[in-house]
Amino acid sequence: MQLSDDDFTLFGLPPQHALDAAALAERWRALQARVHPDRFAGEGAAAQRVAMQWAVRVNEAYQRLKDPLKRAAYLCELRGVPVDAHSNTAMPAAFLMQQMAWREALDEAAGAAAVEALDDEVAADEQRRLAELGRTLDEAGDTAAAAQQVRALMFVARFREDIARRLEALDA
Amino acid sequence: MALLQLSEPGQTPDPHARRIAVGIDLGTTHSLVAAVRHGVAECLPDDQGRVILPSVVRYLAGGGRQIGVDARDAQADDPENTLASVKRFMGRRLADIAGADKLPYRFVDQPGMVAIDTRAGVKTPVEVSAEILATLRYRAEDSFDDELFGAVITVPAYFDDAQRQATKDAAQLAGLNVLRLINEPTAAAVAYGLDNGSEGLYAVYDLGGGTFDISLLRLAKGVFEVVATGGDAALGGDDFDHALADWALAQAGQRADSPHDKRALLVAARAAKEALTDAEATTLRCALQGGELAQPVTRAQFDAITRPLVERTLAAVRKVLRDARVRKDEVQGVVMVGGSTRMPAVPAAVGELFGRAPLTNLNPDEVVALGAAIQANALAGNARDGELLLLDVIPLSLGLETMGGLVERVIERNTTIPVAKAQDFTTFKDGQTAMAIHVLQGERELVSDCRSLARFELRGIPPMVAGAARIRVTFQVDADGLLSVSAKELLSGVEAAVVVKPSYGLADDEIARMLQDGFASAEADMAARSLRESRVEAQRMGLATRAALAADGELLDAGQRQAIEALLAELDRIAAGSDHAAIDAAVERLAEGTEAFAAARMNRGIQAALTGRKLDEL
Repeated sequence: MQLSDDDFTLFGLPPQHALDAAALAERWRALQARVHPDRFAGEGAAAQRVAMQWAVRVNEAYQRLKDPLKRAAYLCELRGVPVDAHSNTAMPAAFLMQQMAWREALDEAAGAAAVEALDDEVAADEQRRLAELGRTLDEAGDTAAAAQQVRALMFVARFREDIARRLEALDA
Repeated sequence: MALLQLSEPGQTPDPHARRIAVGIDLGTTHSLVAAVRHGVAECLPDDQGRVILPSVVRYLAGGGRQIGVDARDAQADDPENTLASVKRFMGRRLADIAGADKLPYRFVDQPGMVAIDTRAGVKTPVEVSAEILATLRYRAEDSFDDELFGAVITVPAYFDDAQRQATKDAAQLAGLNVLRLINEPTAAAVAYGLDNGSEGLYAVYDLGGGTFDISLLRLAKGVFEVVATGGDAALGGDDFDHALADWALAQAGQRADSPHDKRALLVAARAAKEALTDAEATTLRCALQGGELAQPVTRAQFDAITRPLVERTLAAVRKVLRDARVRKDEVQGVVMVGGSTRMPAVPAAVGELFGRAPLTNLNPDEVVALGAAIQANALAGNARDGELLLLDVIPLSLGLETMGGLVERVIERNTTIPVAKAQDFTTFKDGQTAMAIHVLQGERELVSDCRSLARFELRGIPPMVAGAARIRVTFQVDADGLLSVSAKELLSGVEAAVVVKPSYGLADDEIARMLQDGFASAEADMAARSLRESRVEAQRMGLATRAALAADGELLDAGQRQAIEALLAELDRIAAGSDHAAIDAAVERLAEGTEAFAAARMNRGIQAALTGRKLDEL
């Protein structure tokens, strides 16, 4: 077991998109219970430093594995096709049209109920896309197609953040 | 402790091996100290059997001061010199304090943190808090007839870096070694969870005198994971008093302008609020300069007046649920903490929101201190193997200023600590040789809406065309929540770093001055104390290292083992002397010399965790 092991190895999980969330969380707690600096409270600075490095590494891997989109992007990278969301923004026209329609709907939504209804619609679309992404990675094994699907899902995730901000503003 | 047993039961090598550690709830209205004794956490009483210390300090004519009950009872008689609820001013400027004009104090709007002018001079909230902490420290030392190893102090989850730093500064002034600041709702969950052996997702609704916190925690096998946290650092029971007081004045057509009247009115409003916990109606009575105020008020009226305040808490609850992507029905229990949750309308509204009655079986005043004591005991190394682990989160996002006064978030709020994250930036001008790094805390997009934590510069970047340099900025937050930021230009290797101490926290020289001003630890012999502490630390490090060698010595080759043993022998020799700085240095050399050994043992522990075997099978 090394700090430089990949996330799946660190957590003892197969390198695939399908994942048992409860098992992941339990593994994370078991790892933190071993490496967290508080476990070495009486052992001086050296143990604290090492524990800190491990705890940071375990948290980093957990954050990445827990999130289905980050996990997919990470798998693409491990399989040699980095997602490169910044330099690669070309999207199919139909997808962009849908994005525009959603953004208009958000601008026009009056009240929290309308915004929440839109969020439900977008969340359902996100779920459908994630399921498809999982099949692309685990069954078809088409990493290039998966990377494209990840980029589309990043747009969706960003839009849901905008919705969340709007809901917060409505609550305030 | 996981990898190393310091001392087997029954063969404790020295009397200091069990360290006395306490938990302190430094509250807006009152404060408590608790400790684990004989395996059970309990609040420590004063010499009259009272566990609650009102968080009130009165500066007397002639240099003395009253702390606690006596000070609280004198509030209306001596309002300008009797300071209550100073927690609301910690790490704040005058402009940050809502309703300051309604308070009877002579505020001093100084840069950094607001202060209050009293007959004993200008006092910062840090100094006042230190008086309260020192009182609790003496109480604990009297209880154990020994010095304290350290304390865990609780803060509202929503406290930002400045407020946390101010709390640490106050503890330092009071002569306390802070083992950790932990969030109040987390402490409550620890006390509650360990008490009930619960598992699952819990919400902790903590409405205190001056702050409101809502936290979601997941409890599993002794691990407490904070899932999300939110709230309002300026909303609490005091606001209910103010709302009722304003209403009563308006109803009666009276005024309260003098410091005495303002304070007397608030005291009366608080009494009326408390009466309405059990009674359906009461009368708010107060002798004002303009005549006696006697305003009848029913509970229904009170609930209507304060409904907007309750609504604000519910909005924060909904936001935290959204943050955590958790549905209300996934929450298995709602724990109520803080004296303000005694108002019947509060548990009713919370129960309605979650669709289940909140849990109120622990004393809401004591539960935070008890949880802090349990964590203090664990951090002092006294707890049994695997008993408790807190996995906390950062309450507010951390980021950097980018072009156009915008904030780029580097670490999102509710990220589990410890955490490190790097982000790459570049230069925007040809030949640019320096880059300003401005570290910010908050959720807003504009720099001007966030709190500035620190600024530093990366210099010596070799001149290049715009956009060619690659500057990696790394944020690291340790288990204490302390942030450090470093920046490195990757092509040339130049770097700069800063450990963030908020720009409006107290500077070290200010603390030194306050200590010299004859504060709490004045009579203690600082030099002797330092030497004693250094020796204890040397002894513990020596024991820990020898135990590690005995347990895992085969991980080392002969040369490595010899090097560590040489460091141990050197430490023993120096610790027999009386130069505390030299002892500290020898401890540090041993720490550095055993770092690789510690890493190897850590790897072994990880392997054990992954293969699911217990350590004792290794």
